Amino acid sequence: MNKNHKILEVKNLTQYFGPPSNPIKAVDGISFHIYEGETLGLVGESGCGKSTTGRSIIGLYNITDGEVIFKGQNVHQIKSKKEKKRLKREMQMIFQDPYASLNPRMTAGEIIGEGFDIHGLYKNKQERQEKIISLLEAVGLNREHMMRYPHEFSGGQRQRIGIARALSLDPSFIIADEPISALDVSIQAQVVNLLKELQEERNLTYLFIAHDLSMVKYISDRIAVMYRGKIVELGEAEEIYHHPIHPYTKSLLSAVPLPDPILERRRKRIPYVHEETPDTAAMHEPVPGHFVYGTEEQVRKWVQQAQR
Amino acid sequence: MEKRHDTYGELTPEMFRVVGPRLAESDQMPKKTVSFWKEVWYRFRQNKLAVSGVFILAIIALLAIFVPEFSQYSYRDQLGVYNEAPSKEHWFGTDDLGRDVFVRVWYGARISLFIGITAAIIDLIIGVLWGSISGLFGGRVDDIMMRIVDILSAIPYLLVVIILLVVMEQGLLPMIIALSITGWVNMARIVRGEVLSIKNREFVLAARTLGASNWHLIVRHIIPNALGAILVTMTLTIPTAIFTEAFLSFLGLGVNQPIASWGTMASEGMGGLRVAPWRLFFPAFFISLTIFAFNAVGDGLRDALDPKLRK
Repeated sequence: MNKNHKILEVKNLTQYFGPPSNPIKAVDGISFHIYEGETLGLVGESGCGKSTTGRSIIGLYNITDGEVIFKGQNVHQIKSKKEKKRLKREMQMIFQDPYASLNPRMTAGEIIGEGFDIHGLYKNKQERQEKIISLLEAVGLNREHMMRYPHEFSGGQRQRIGIARALSLDPSFIIADEPISALDVSIQAQVVNLLKELQEERNLTYLFIAHDLSMVKYISDRIAVMYRGKIVELGEAEEIYHHPIHPYTKSLLSAVPLPDPILERRRKRIPYVHEETPDTAAMHEPVPGHFVYGTEEQVRKWVQQAQR
Repeated sequence: MEKRHDTYGELTPEMFRVVGPRLAESDQMPKKTVSFWKEVWYRFRQNKLAVSGVFILAIIALLAIFVPEFSQYSYRDQLGVYNEAPSKEHWFGTDDLGRDVFVRVWYGARISLFIGITAAIIDLIIGVLWGSISGLFGGRVDDIMMRIVDILSAIPYLLVVIILLVVMEQGLLPMIIALSITGWVNMARIVRGEVLSIKNREFVLAARTLGASNWHLIVRHIIPNALGAILVTMTLTIPTAIFTEAFLSFLGLGVNQPIASWGTMASEGMGGLRVAPWRLFFPAFFISLTIFAFNAVGDGLRDALDPKLRK
């Protein structure tokens, strides 16, 4: 990880849906950055705006307000087609549902090679085939799988095809939108380990979106906790996991089931009571590198509670 | 609680052995691969009615191609034997001008099939493109395109043909123009509906993040996934077009004499119903048979493409 180089900067990203008079505030002014080579975990409950954040960053939605700066370039202000295509090659996405994210009428080889057709790469047939096979092998599949249709694969295998597709254009930044939540627990580890290996091999940067906190802690360097369209807490993975400050993070952590039956029995859930945050709320940094969203008073109160 | 802990304690590490993941086995797949279309074909073959529909259509098409070419009579030859009953010489009899009905029926089949195929092509080109563009772009484009469809579908086909006949010569051309104006609206609506459901599926989003253009999305993702609905709609458009042609010809708005079409033959046959009923029977019979066969194939295709619908 290179702490000096920010690969992605998100400033006041806002994404509303529906009529402007009464919008649904999916993402409500969030700011964060990702360093080159790191994994930022984005967690939160269903419907808090995690996936929308990912999709807005990559440009699948027209954002309502804010800026997304990738490698010094404002993603949503690129006009020229050439620049847009170049950006697509740098930034890719892995999708949540391995059953919906592969076109059922295309073979695995066609799915992985689709990016080549779009960008006019590897026009030579043999070169193209070799590249597809090397991608299949990179995700633990082999050449026999090239001519198979998605319905012939298991969930884990499908997700690996999705990963191979995301890798096909040699991106530097990948948004993984809940890549494991539709998978079996035994397969989750397989896919997460694959993602870790690929990160080391190819020096990838991840934005890892999930709702499984223990998995996020395992893969992430830093974690951002999202609640109702806002990032409420952001910091180093260990710090967030062991010293949470925001009551929502505490509640979320208390809901993680433990694999030990005795500890699990003793585990007490901390219910979260929603607190309206006034307009004066902002990001505070009570501990260096650890950010909490709230008013000054709230944050002071939470820090005291956390120290007790 | 303590006791329970002890039962866990009874499991010692010696009782376990690390086998490691068996990756080689886990990623093996059955040798045979069944593609989507093979499966469709298999289900289609199970449907006896649909298969016989295909056979009937194949035979009608073959006879339409070859009979007028190789018969000793032509559709316009007047043979001097009037209103003769079916015999060895004239299998379907002759009409009031002494023309062989058998040859005329197969010549008429050409016209009917030609109209059917033209309608299918118009459906495919205009209907599918219109529907995909309207569905994919959405918003204002969609609004304008669908209002145009609404307006066109509000104009009766018959009216368009009659208006066209005012300025044009009677024949096939006004019918085809009328078909191109109004015949594809149904297809456009169905394709648009399919596109609306396909375009938000994740594989389309994935193609977008790869940088796919709208044209690429339509050709590679949307049409292949909407193909089932397109095929079914097409097999149901063809008989409608054939029937419309027959109906217009029956009313006297169709092809000119001496060209035969099933509709004109049935219309003329009406006059001689008492003396020569075969002149009405044969064209009417083949109109019904063709439409029946197309509908059987369409139903069979729909069931084969979407087996869930049947139950």
